[in-house]
Amino acid sequence: MMPELGQLGLIIALFLALLQAFVPLYGVFRADVRYQLFARPIAYVQSLFVAFSFAVLAHAFLVNDFSVVYVAENSNSHLPLFYRFAAVWGAHEGSILLWILVLSIWTSAFAYCSRAIPQDVVARVLAILGLLSVGFLLFILATSNPFLRLLPQSPVDGRDLNPMLQDIGLIIHPPLLYLGYVGFSVAFAFAIAALMAGRLDAAWAKWSRPWTLLAWSFLTAGITLGSWWAYRVLGWGGWWFWDPVENASFMPWLSATALLHSLIVSEKRGALKAWTVLLAIVTFSLSLLGTFLVRSGVLVSVHAFAIDPARGNYILKFLAIVIGGSLTLYAIRINKVVSDVSIRAFSRESFLLINNIFLSVACATVVLGTLYPLLLDVFQLGKISVGPPYFNRVFVPIVLLLALFMGLGPLSRWYASDKRQLLRYGSLVLSLSVLAVLLGFIYKHNFNWQVLLGLSAAFYILLATLNDLHLRRLKKLTISQAQWGMYLAHCGVAIAMIGVALTSAYHDDKDVLLHPGDKAEVAGYSFEYVGEQDVKGPNYSSAQATFLLKKDQQLIATLKPEKRFYSVQEIAMTHAAIDVNLFRDVYIALGNPMQQSAWTVRLYVKPFVRWIWFGGILIVFGGLLAAFDKRLRVKLKVQHESMA
Amino acid sequence: MNRWLSLVPLLIFILLAIMLWCGLSLDPSKLPSSLINKDLPHFHAQQLLQPSQSIDERDFKQHVTILNVWATWCATCWGEHSVWMALSQQTSAQLIGLDYKDNRDFALQWLQTRGDPFTNIIDDRDGRIGMELGVYGTPETFIIDKQAKIRYKLAGPLTEAIWQQQLRPLISRLERE
Repeated sequence: MMPELGQLGLIIALFLALLQAFVPLYGVFRADVRYQLFARPIAYVQSLFVAFSFAVLAHAFLVNDFSVVYVAENSNSHLPLFYRFAAVWGAHEGSILLWILVLSIWTSAFAYCSRAIPQDVVARVLAILGLLSVGFLLFILATSNPFLRLLPQSPVDGRDLNPMLQDIGLIIHPPLLYLGYVGFSVAFAFAIAALMAGRLDAAWAKWSRPWTLLAWSFLTAGITLGSWWAYRVLGWGGWWFWDPVENASFMPWLSATALLHSLIVSEKRGALKAWTVLLAIVTFSLSLLGTFLVRSGVLVSVHAFAIDPARGNYILKFLAIVIGGSLTLYAIRINKVVSDVSIRAFSRESFLLINNIFLSVACATVVLGTLYPLLLDVFQLGKISVGPPYFNRVFVPIVLLLALFMGLGPLSRWYASDKRQLLRYGSLVLSLSVLAVLLGFIYKHNFNWQVLLGLSAAFYILLATLNDLHLRRLKKLTISQAQWGMYLAHCGVAIAMIGVALTSAYHDDKDVLLHPGDKAEVAGYSFEYVGEQDVKGPNYSSAQATFLLKKDQQLIATLKPEKRFYSVQEIAMTHAAIDVNLFRDVYIALGNPMQQSAWTVRLYVKPFVRWIWFGGILIVFGGLLAAFDKRLRVKLKVQHESMA
Repeated sequence: MNRWLSLVPLLIFILLAIMLWCGLSLDPSKLPSSLINKDLPHFHAQQLLQPSQSIDERDFKQHVTILNVWATWCATCWGEHSVWMALSQQTSAQLIGLDYKDNRDFALQWLQTRGDPFTNIIDDRDGRIGMELGVYGTPETFIIDKQAKIRYKLAGPLTEAIWQQQLRPLISRLERE
């Protein structure tokens, strides 16, 4: 009975979403505030029904209701409780439901926090969010119903959750990622609302900014967590693979980063508005593309799609309507709403514009690299894969150039800055950073071009940021919360760059075959293989090896990597053991078992790898700090004036 | 802003959409392999079960061969596997597996628990042979005649119906050639 109620909840939510979309629009069209005022309550109730359906599905997982096909395929009675909850979004149907839930959370949050924004704008934004809900609810009901049942003969037990997903990282990764993806719907809705209304003022950018910042912070957190998860779970010791799934989250991140910066220009200077609107549309479109293409598997394998063409067709039509529709609206209306504001060289806005160009180019290279194999496939030109060599070659130079302007941006001033002073500061900071790195090489004796470039760029950003902070304090200028956020995020980027540069250049690894009692040495660390034992987990059995990690004869840690075998899905998983400190990770992954308790083992020493994720966390906090800046919150009084 | 410039994003999107649409409407199981009626490409690989022994295209001569491309990471192959287990008893053709971009450990475990329908298995862990064969994804199945010429390709899982209607008649015809 419960699952049917869940489905009913979705159907009711669909009707409410239709109301949420069309009643306020009618109100706007008739200029009748009564209809516009409907938007909020409908949005709340719609969200309640979605939340109810989600709770029903979660309940089905928690009580092991295997009559529900989706539960039977993705869970098992031996699966630990919290994984059973996470299994709700372990596959396609539940992910889409999570998407809808997250959309309704954002919708409600916007409805709640928007009391200071003019009623007609709120009505338009909520209507557009309602339309998106309609699209997704139709999709889930028509092609991906998670409440489908197998009755009367239901399976006795489930097929278990994919062991790859049985990890704490994967429990929180998808919700964070979705909070990011879906959060851009608010900025998108603002952009579309502005195009529809034909009114694009500085207030519009001001309203969009906190929502964009918040979504962007979540997406950053999601990507950081995903990278950490891949490092821990996939057993390859890598932290970024440039595979289509990762790229799908990276593309909207890059364009959202550009959007954040151009929103500032639009707010403070009223410039770049056409570009900002376009970025808002593109960012959300890339988010949609990301969710759908990854979930449907069209990028990974053409076969996955053919298994269920109904989904593929729906997805493509939906994308065509949402993206094509908004871009058409953009093409028709943008000239009417935008007036040109000229930008002078060496002003802060010019640096932000340059930043935008680099970020967009970076985004385009990732889009190209991700879609290129698919395009070749379509034209039957053979199957190729675009891998790390392409991305590293194209992407790294762009990031280095971007870093150059990241340092100059905060130092510059709006309208016009003192060109000579700026260049002097910039070159001083740059030469100091390069010098510092070169001194480091003299001390350490292992020169490397990549490290020189990467570290110099990182130091340069750090120094320039701190310098700007220092100057502001000297001049007794107030530093707003948003500015603190910017400093923090920029330092985060620098710290992540340090991690990337040092890990890529100085990591060391070795594949060895070890019998009990054998030793191996990597980068000054000695690994002694003591022996193995069998360990039994709730839904897996495992071979656990014990290693003594020593340096200079001193015992540092006892590490226990495992090879787990999940009996229901019949999949073996490598569970790496990692000894962590601030300056390096030592990482052991079991390869294949050989005779007499011997194993092939992969040993890694990865200097500074933690800094990558630490930088990511700083960026997240920077974003959050900026998102909650009181100055970005709109005051009621100002609004009444702008309405008049 | 230039009137035409504002159309550019839309045009780019339309181009992309058309390409994606073509990508979807191509039914991969109908894609003819460019290798049909051509000789099996030269290759030389380890056998999965006995890595010390090799297998190459000469092992395909004198027999009609069903070459099945599979991998343990491929969920569709799980379902297909039971079909092969049943068919391996019925058919006179030799059934050779190609373990595509896979981990040997996983593959051995899989064969141990689910049974091994294959006469022999090619270990293609880096996917090179798969690439030469134009494999789009797993599972895929090729029928190869006694002269080691590729005669048929099925992309996607084998079902009982496809077996009865296409593969079985083809194999018995090739047996007589």
